[in-house]
Amino acid sequence: MADDFEPEIIVFACHYCAYAAADLAGSMRLQYPSTIRMIKLPCTGKLEVIHLLRALEAGADGVYAAGCLEGECHYLKGNLWARKRIEHVKKLLPEVGLEPERVEMYNMSSAQGPEFARVATEFTERIKGLGPNPLRRHGVSPHAAARDAAKDVAMPDPSPAPTEKGPAE
Amino acid sequence: MITAERKPFDEILTLVDGHKKVLVAGCDTCVAICLTGGEKEAEILASELRMKAQADGREVEVEHTAAIRQCEWEYLDMIAAKVEEADVVLSMACGIGIQSMAEKFEPKLVVPAVNTNMLGMPQEHAVWLERCGACGDCVIGETAGICPVVRCSKSLMNGPCGGSHDGKCEVTTPEKEEIDCAWALIWERLKAQGREELMEVTRPPKNWSKSSSGGPRKMVKEEAKPV
Amino acid sequence: MTDNGYKAGSNLEKVLSAGTFAVTSECGPPKSADGGVIERKAKILKGFVDAVNITDNQTAVVRVCSLASGVTAQQNGVEAIMQMTCRDRNRLAMQADILGAATLGIKNILCLTGDHLSFGNHPEAKGVHDLDSLNLIRMYKDMRDEKTFQCGEEMDVAPPLYIGCAENPFGDPFEFRALRLKKKIEAGADFMQTQCIFNIPKFKEWMKEVRALGLHQEIKILAGITPLKGAGGARYMKNFVPGMDVPQEIVDRMAGVEKGPPSHAEGKKLAVEMIKELAEIEGVAGIHIMAVEWEEAVPEIVETAGLLPRPAVA
Repeated sequence: MADDFEPEIIVFACHYCAYAAADLAGSMRLQYPSTIRMIKLPCTGKLEVIHLLRALEAGADGVYAAGCLEGECHYLKGNLWARKRIEHVKKLLPEVGLEPERVEMYNMSSAQGPEFARVATEFTERIKGLGPNPLRRHGVSPHAAARDAAKDVAMPDPSPAPTEKGPAE
Repeated sequence: MITAERKPFDEILTLVDGHKKVLVAGCDTCVAICLTGGEKEAEILASELRMKAQADGREVEVEHTAAIRQCEWEYLDMIAAKVEEADVVLSMACGIGIQSMAEKFEPKLVVPAVNTNMLGMPQEHAVWLERCGACGDCVIGETAGICPVVRCSKSLMNGPCGGSHDGKCEVTTPEKEEIDCAWALIWERLKAQGREELMEVTRPPKNWSKSSSGGPRKMVKEEAKPV
Repeated sequence: MTDNGYKAGSNLEKVLSAGTFAVTSECGPPKSADGGVIERKAKILKGFVDAVNITDNQTAVVRVCSLASGVTAQQNGVEAIMQMTCRDRNRLAMQADILGAATLGIKNILCLTGDHLSFGNHPEAKGVHDLDSLNLIRMYKDMRDEKTFQCGEEMDVAPPLYIGCAENPFGDPFEFRALRLKKKIEAGADFMQTQCIFNIPKFKEWMKEVRALGLHQEIKILAGITPLKGAGGARYMKNFVPGMDVPQEIVDRMAGVEKGPPSHAEGKKLAVEMIKELAEIEGVAGIHIMAVEWEEAVPEIVETAGLLPRPAVA
C-alpha cells in the first residue's frame, strides 16, 4: 500500500456537538488530519443509510458520524438512531465487498475539541490501514455526492468550512 | 398488512445476473410501511448493487423507482417509461405487486427482491406478528378474536395440545424466541369475556377448500362491477 | 360394533373391559428398512404387555411407518396400538391408512396431534394438520360406528377400531386439561394414555378433576411412565422435552447412584414404585410403560410390579 495514500473521509457532524467541537479544536490549534470533510446535520438522527452508501459509492474511503454523547442528544435519541443505522450499514458493506470498518459512529460533546481531533486521527489511521476504497473513481467527489444525498437534511456550512482548510496551523 | 423481508443479497445478485440495466422498483404501500420495499429501501438496494458491480468490475446500470401501489395497474403507468428501458425489474413489492408488474409489462423480466411472508400486525415499531392466514373461513368469532389457524403452530381447531406450557407454545421461532400459545390466549380471553364454555365445544374439521387448498381463488363483487 | 359386543375385540379392549389392570408399552420403529428391529422388540415384550404402541415418526423423525411396524409386531405375538399423527397426513391419508391397517388386522389406534416438525429431522417439511386429534378421533368413530367417511359417504365394511387418545396432565392451562379429555371422550375416544408421569402429586390433582367430571367412568385411563436409565436422561427430559414435568427429587435420586448398572437398577426400582402408587389412584385402569430404546427393562419392571401373568383373553 502506498505510503502517500491520503484518504477522503466524510464526517456527518451534529451541529450541537461535534461540529462545535471541530471549531473548538481549530481555536485550540489542535492538529488533526486534513483527510476529513464535514457535512453539518441538525442532529445525527437525520442521518440515513443511503447517505452513507452514496458517500461510499462515490468513493469515500471512510464515513463516520459524530453525534452528542449518549443521553445528551438535543433531540433525545437522534444519536442512538444514528448508531443503529451505522450498525446496519456495517452489515450491508461486506455484501458489496467493502469492509464494515469503513463506517463508524462516534460521540462527543461540544466542549471536547481534543476528542474531535483524536477521533479524526484515529479514524484516519484506521482507513489508512484499510487502504483506498476500491470504488474510488477519478473525477467523482465523494463529498459532493454525500452532500447531494443529504441535501434535504444537511445544514449550510459557513464557507469556507473549517475543515475545508485542513488542520489549523 | 402484508409484510415482506428482503431476500439475501447473494440471491438477489443471482436473480439479476447477466443483465446490464436493472430497475429496482419499490412499492410505497404495504412493503414501505413494513420498511422493506418502499422507495427508500429501493434506493439503498440500487446503491448496493452499483457498488457490488463496480467492485466486481461489471458494467451495470442500476436505477430505482417506486410505484404508489404495484398491485394496481393504473399506478404502474407512472413508472412504465423506466420499466421499458430496463432489462430486468427487481421488484420490492409483495408477491402481488411483483406479479402485477410481470403481467402488465409482459414479457419484461420481473424478479422478486423480497420474500412476502405474512399478513401481520405491527406490535411495536419495526416488529410484526402474524395474525391472519387468509384461510377463507374465519373462525375467530368463536375463539375470542385469536386466530388458531396461524397463531397455533399446529393450526388446531380444538387446542391446546400437550405442548402448551406456562402460556407458551412448544415451538419457538427460528431465532429461538418464545411464541405465545394461541389456545392459552383464547382460554384466558374467553374467560375474561365470560364465554369459556366455548372451549368445551368441539369445532368440526376445517373446510380448507375455501383456502388456497381449493385452488387459486377469485373474488367478484357483481354489484360493484362497472356497467 | 363387532358381533361379540366389543368395539374392535382387541386384546387391549378385552383386558380393559374386564376391569383388569392393563399393561401397555411402546416400540419405536427404526430409521431404516430393517424389519428385524420391531421383530426383536416384540419378542422381548411378548407375554409381558397387553399391547404395544407403535410410534408414528416420533419427534418428527422419519422411521418405518407405524402401519407396517404394527403388522410386524402382531406377526411376532404382540398386539399393536398403531399411532397416527395429524402432522404427516391429511384426512384422505388418515382414512386410507386406517382402512389398510384394519384389513391387516390392526385394531387399536392412538390418535395424536404429533410433535411439531421443527423438532425433527425434516424441519423444512410442510406440516399437514388438516384435522386435529379431536376431529381425527371423531372421524374414526364415525367410520367404525356409522360406516361413513369424513365426507359423509358410506362404506360397506367398517374398520373395527379401539380408539385411543393421549393427554398431557402436565400441560397448561391446567384447569382446562380435564375438560379437553372430556372433549376427546365426546369425540369417541375409548382409552387414553398419558404423557410420562414423574410428578405424581400433580397427576393425582389432575385425576381429581377427571373424577369430578366422572370421566374415569367413560374412558379407560392408562398412566404413562418412563423408566430412567440415569440422571442424564432425567435432566434432559426435565429441561428439553416439551410438556414434561420432572421434579428435582427424581433427578437427585437418579444422580445419587453410580451411572451404569446401579443407575439402571435404580431406574427400574423407581418405575416399579411409581406403578404401584399410580395403580392405587381411583380411575387409573392401567399402566403405559414408555421405555425409550430400553424395551429390555419392561419384562422385569412388569414382573417386579406384580403384574404377571398377563391375562389370556379369548
